[in-house]
Amino acid sequence: MPQIFHRSANTISKFSIFGALFVLAALVYVTYGVNMSSYITQAGVAREQPVQFSHAHHVGQIGIDCRYCHTSVEVSNYAGIPPTKTCMNCHSQIWANSEFLEPVRASFRSGKSLEWVRVNDLPEFVYFNHSIHVNKGVGCDTCHGKVNRMPLMWQHASLQMAWCLDCHRKPEKYIRPKEEVFNMDYEQPDNQLEMGRKLVKEYNLQLAILTNCSTCHR
Amino acid sequence: MSHIVDQIKERLKARSGKEYWRSLEELADTPEFQEMLHREFPEGASEWGDGFSRRGFLKLMGASLALAGATACTRQPAEKIVPYVRQPEEIIPGRPLYFAGAATLGGYATGVLVESHMGRPTKIEGNPDHPASLGATDIFAQASVLEMYDPDRSQALTYLGNISSWAAFLARLNECMIVHRKYPTPGDGLRILTESVTSPTLAAQLQEILTALPGAKWHQWEPVNRDNVLAGARMAFGEPVSTHYNFRNADIIVSLDSDFLNYGPGTVRYARDFAARRKVEGGKMNRLYTIESTTTNTGAMADHRFARKAGEIGGIAQALLNAVRGTSTGIEKWIAVIAKDLAANPGAGIVIAGDHQPAEVHAAAHAINELLGNAGKTVFYTDPVEADPSARLQSLRLLVDDMNRSQVETLIILGGNPVYNAPSDLKFAEALSRVGTRMHVGLYDDETSYLCHWHIPQAHALESWSDARAYDGTVTLIQPLIAPLYGGKTFHEILAAMMGSDRSGYTIVQDYWKKLHPENFDHFWRKSLHDGLVEGSAFPPKTVTAKADLPPAATGSGEGLEIQFRPDPTIYDGRYSNLGWLQELPKPMTKITWDNTVLVSPMTAKRFALSAEDVVELNYKGRKVTGPIWILAGQPDDSITVHFGYGRTRAGRVGTGAGFNAYSLQTAGAPCYDSGLELRKTGSKYQLASTQMHQMMEGRHLVRSAELDEYLQHPDFAREVEETPADDMTMYPPYKHDGYAWGMTIDLNACVGCNACVVACVSENNIAVVGKDQVRRGREMHWIRVDRYFKGELEDPEIYHQPVPCMQCENAPCEVVCPVNATTHSAEGLNDMVYNRCIGTRYCSNNCPYKVRRFNFFLYSDLQSPSLKLQRNPDVTVRTRGVMEKCTYCVQRINHARIEAEKENRTVRDGEITTACQQVCPAEAIVFGNIHDPESRVSLLKKEERNYGLLADLNTRPRTTYMANLKNPNPELKEG
Repeated sequence: MPQIFHRSANTISKFSIFGALFVLAALVYVTYGVNMSSYITQAGVAREQPVQFSHAHHVGQIGIDCRYCHTSVEVSNYAGIPPTKTCMNCHSQIWANSEFLEPVRASFRSGKSLEWVRVNDLPEFVYFNHSIHVNKGVGCDTCHGKVNRMPLMWQHASLQMAWCLDCHRKPEKYIRPKEEVFNMDYEQPDNQLEMGRKLVKEYNLQLAILTNCSTCHR
Repeated sequence: MSHIVDQIKERLKARSGKEYWRSLEELADTPEFQEMLHREFPEGASEWGDGFSRRGFLKLMGASLALAGATACTRQPAEKIVPYVRQPEEIIPGRPLYFAGAATLGGYATGVLVESHMGRPTKIEGNPDHPASLGATDIFAQASVLEMYDPDRSQALTYLGNISSWAAFLARLNECMIVHRKYPTPGDGLRILTESVTSPTLAAQLQEILTALPGAKWHQWEPVNRDNVLAGARMAFGEPVSTHYNFRNADIIVSLDSDFLNYGPGTVRYARDFAARRKVEGGKMNRLYTIESTTTNTGAMADHRFARKAGEIGGIAQALLNAVRGTSTGIEKWIAVIAKDLAANPGAGIVIAGDHQPAEVHAAAHAINELLGNAGKTVFYTDPVEADPSARLQSLRLLVDDMNRSQVETLIILGGNPVYNAPSDLKFAEALSRVGTRMHVGLYDDETSYLCHWHIPQAHALESWSDARAYDGTVTLIQPLIAPLYGGKTFHEILAAMMGSDRSGYTIVQDYWKKLHPENFDHFWRKSLHDGLVEGSAFPPKTVTAKADLPPAATGSGEGLEIQFRPDPTIYDGRYSNLGWLQELPKPMTKITWDNTVLVSPMTAKRFALSAEDVVELNYKGRKVTGPIWILAGQPDDSITVHFGYGRTRAGRVGTGAGFNAYSLQTAGAPCYDSGLELRKTGSKYQLASTQMHQMMEGRHLVRSAELDEYLQHPDFAREVEETPADDMTMYPPYKHDGYAWGMTIDLNACVGCNACVVACVSENNIAVVGKDQVRRGREMHWIRVDRYFKGELEDPEIYHQPVPCMQCENAPCEVVCPVNATTHSAEGLNDMVYNRCIGTRYCSNNCPYKVRRFNFFLYSDLQSPSLKLQRNPDVTVRTRGVMEKCTYCVQRINHARIEAEKENRTVRDGEITTACQQVCPAEAIVFGNIHDPESRVSLLKKEERNYGLLADLNTRPRTTYMANLKNPNPELKEG
């Protein structure tokens, strides 16, 4: 009976069995990479908005405090998106005729809300609370990045659970003094871990609770 | 085969001592029951219904495996954020606001606080400052928020069934009014039909119309009415005074067929006061004698319960009166003993008669209370709370007579559904057809609106300005939480429109109160709205004297079977038919959902060779209706109870077609009960969805109870029953809890079985309604259930309620079997349930000895109806198909309170967190708190001797524990 396969088939089969391991590993690597990429997380992707509002201008150049617009950040789970009225506080006087701001004026005239595109969007089964974070020394830019340098807003972090847990497991890596929470230009000191540990104690962070499932999911 | 009742009697004889049981099948130990017991879920609950071939299954599995990876790569779709244009001052996005208001039933108000999330009312809580609530509510108030969002509510003003406009209606109304004004007696031919009215503003408006148009008439109809109560007061005192009670001061309570813990004005308050006196203080607690004609929650609380036919209770009332007067001999011993007990506690007793008992029984109760000096101490009389305390039935009868004589040209029906719920012999629908112009204002496009020319959607109580009085006369101003969803109008606005005014509900109510409080009105208005009550508006107690010569109550009942008509325990008179929350709520005694039944006693069932689910034909004075049988222990023999509210033809998608219509048997001559019923077995069966055998924990000492004397001698009785394993008897390392350790106690001595906790939990935690078919399969989703146990004899059982939420075990059997860590132990001792991780293996539920886990076999949550989306609690995930869920101790509330405390750098105070079930409980049976704090209420309760853990011998170490039940029987009535 003649041989069906040529002798070289042995080599090919050995090579492909061995090679399959690499292919599988590569597949896992690619899947992981895609999942962590900004294609999926949308981190770093600037969003087009109905009004091209620039945080870089308002925060970076003019120096308006976060809380002027995001009024409920210290008391509620939502930081709050400012009502049109907040824009008009200034823009009824300055740039009052700017074409750029027509959607704002239209909203104010008609009473119909501006519809902003959500930039930092957590899944619905995650219950994030802004107030507890800013009250315990987590700076705005720890999660949101240097907003004062963003002409258009983008999501700074991946917002994936691993990223949340990084801080929930070791808050000393990121915590800062409470009075620096809204300081956009804050830089971590060299002795961050040492200071962090002190602050974790001082602010009475409940480390055991921070990694409970029901802390964020319910 | 012998009848089930005989089998049970045999078994009971063989057993020694009293045992607890849930259903007749359990007692008889039928093969079906054994089968049921050995399944985790009832048959079919955990089976895939479709016929699937092995090949098809493998194909599908292969495909889903291949696609599973792909699904993880989806991006979240972009979402919009829509802020305010001008943000209202008080609103902080993400934080709810609470507004005071009132929920009314039969006209009577219970003060509530409504939780509102950015303009959406989502949850009803009781108003702690309101005398009728004290922070609790009943099931109906809880469900009223669903009623407002009900997608089946009428959404358009219609004329002859076609959509019309408010302007067109006004034009027509105006035409009618012009005609009626021009009659020699202005108003002739104009009739207004309302339900019971306690609203001072509405009463004033009606009065204004009747004054301006003397020919017009105002009628009232309420199927579950208080005609007998008011007639009894008239009989005893010569005036229709309102009666209310103070159960906190009552040592001895005698209920003459009154279900005061479940029904009627003030019931929530009564339950609170009654339960407060079930606590043993100084070796004493109150004592309740119940003489009742069907098994009720009040009977379940009784220390002595006597089941008697409704027609016999008049005689008992008379005998009791005679015994108290000491005028008569030959009184049955037990009645004499009750009378003696009452007499021994002058000024500290209450005799209360049931709403459906005739006036003579009420008069006798008044006389007894007066003789014993209870009046002014535990029993109070005030001016009538209702604006017009005339008899509803008489009022409806007059209207029907006039309609039949074609004397009614325009009929304006403000609420109610008389076509469905008027006694059948009045033939309301027929009479209605003789009315020239018929207008109906109501929440639903129902049976009545179908026969009316005009239908105007009514604004829901949560959408309108109004006011209402509570059982003691306290007025609550009702404010809207949201603009009418469907352009509904309030009764105030309709009445104003009749008088040619276009005033809004707000101005009408405000103008009324402005007249009464001209000075400093703004302050008065704001304070009353904020507090949820008008200060000092309760009626002052009145002193009235009972007449000496009261007509004696009728003794004995007629021949044949007796039929009794009662409001349904969950959907009342039918007005709540379309609320899934209430339809799916197991009825307290039968645990039946989605249906009404013909309730018979075991002996009557035996006599007619009936078993449960047999369809029988009831024939009462030539009126026939067919319905399924349910055998209820404790029901008096030869007495049959049917409940109103079912057999609706135009209720909506939820309520239409469920059950049979008991109103079609009811006659105006005997609206509450009568004899002369004939019963015939049809031979067919009807499937009922009863949950009484679901989630069984068979054969263990679940309910523990003792008599007061026993308890005083052996306070430890509840713990002596079984052994609790030592703390080190575990394979797992102990959890360390440094911070809070949440725990709960449920006092079985206080629980009145009202089910409010179940509805509150549904409302708070976005729990889905599954439907009758799914309930039959044991797939109901309630996170807390109220188990009902009978103990002892079939005819005269003791009855116990036991609410069972998740026990949050310290050694939780569910946690260790989850393959994906979807249920884990939190640092505070909760068994966290992570929906987004759950893959639906159901191992946890299989391993849970308490059977408190619920699985979403299908997508039960209605994600389509837009109005229902508004109702949901934004702090709780809406679960989807394939996910396990369970009680979390309202972890959203815990988190909220903890965060607030952390921000203020303090610990959570005791009482700062209340779970939804605890908050709503009228009896304060549920207490929640931190068991690490030795001074917290829950810690103190857990230290009490009555405290015991459910199935503690399994070493699960439940965080939820129970306080054993106590009964306080009269030694003189004890047998032997």
